[in-house]
Amino acid sequence: MINLIWLFLMAAGIFYAGWQGRIEVVTQGAISAAEGAVGLSFKLIGVMCLWLGIMKIAELAGIIRFFSRMLSPLICFLFPSIPKNHPAMGAIIMVLSANMLGLGNAVTPLGIKAMQELQSINKEKEKASDAMCTLLALCTAGFTLVPATIIAIRSAAGSINPTEIVGATLIVSLGATISVIIADRLCRMYYQIRVRR
Amino acid sequence: MFSLLTEQLSLWVIPIILLLVPIVGYFRRVKVYEAFVEGASEGFYTAIRIMPFLVAMMVAINIFRLSGAMDVSIDALKPILELCGVPAELVPLAIMRPLSGTGALGITTEILNTHGPDSMLGRIASTVLGSTDTTFYILTVYFGAIGITKPRYSVFVGLLGDLIGFVGSIYICTKLFN
Repeated sequence: MINLIWLFLMAAGIFYAGWQGRIEVVTQGAISAAEGAVGLSFKLIGVMCLWLGIMKIAELAGIIRFFSRMLSPLICFLFPSIPKNHPAMGAIIMVLSANMLGLGNAVTPLGIKAMQELQSINKEKEKASDAMCTLLALCTAGFTLVPATIIAIRSAAGSINPTEIVGATLIVSLGATISVIIADRLCRMYYQIRVRR
Repeated sequence: MFSLLTEQLSLWVIPIILLLVPIVGYFRRVKVYEAFVEGASEGFYTAIRIMPFLVAMMVAINIFRLSGAMDVSIDALKPILELCGVPAELVPLAIMRPLSGTGALGITTEILNTHGPDSMLGRIASTVLGSTDTTFYILTVYFGAIGITKPRYSVFVGLLGDLIGFVGSIYICTKLFN
């Protein structure tokens, strides 16, 4: 699916630009985006180092083990394929809590860390495991208690009550999270049946 | 009151974490400075590993946007989505949301400025932005960092989440703010 989407975005853009006689925007756009991607990766290095450093302290201090013991029933339910007391559990709890607290740039490093832990128990290294798909689904559903960015742009636009949407975002993202968990389960079952055949 | 509280909360969360974790670590006899450096040293390689994935995704999305193909797809989808009760002004946001975080933020800011943040459109756009995430960015970065090239069904599930977030925002906002 990802191959098809990628091809569609490229091909549709290039054909349309050619048809409209603006083919030069393709080259410009491609080069500037490629440079922008490198800039973004470099920006990521700093926050990655910062949060992975803090995570290491939390790990050695036993903070992560404490949280993962507290929340292990939930994680076991969501990720049945992870063995008990595996470090992936703690990492998953960290990224989900960072997501919920709306920690912005802390979420990405923690998410990657959790994915790396899951990769260590993945059998086929190029293919996303069941647990990885579930984690990605939870992260893309983006459950946040305090959507700080939106509140900020609302008050910048002169809203009388910038936070009035918080209730709505909570209900909607909770609904989306639950639906995504269900969809993920169904897809997983479908794939398992297909593989067995 | 609530506004002030959330504002203060989002200001304080990160400093508090940056303070508490090292303090707890210190009292549990962790060599905090050395541990930090050890953890941070992984950061560089991880970020570099993401680069090719980000280049691939951002180039495709940028070509799609700049060529005008995106505007055409938005125009094509408008009548279909309007039949389902989606306001035409929100269609660009629906298309942009999974592709580009900054792009979606830009569209939302524009909606807030033209229609007003306290209008129904402004509220829906804010809710959409708050309850969905940039699926393709997360997919690219998370799977890129560990070298996953076959994401299986996760693309579908992620986009489904965005769709539910979008439709749900319209539904909940019209119920809640009437």
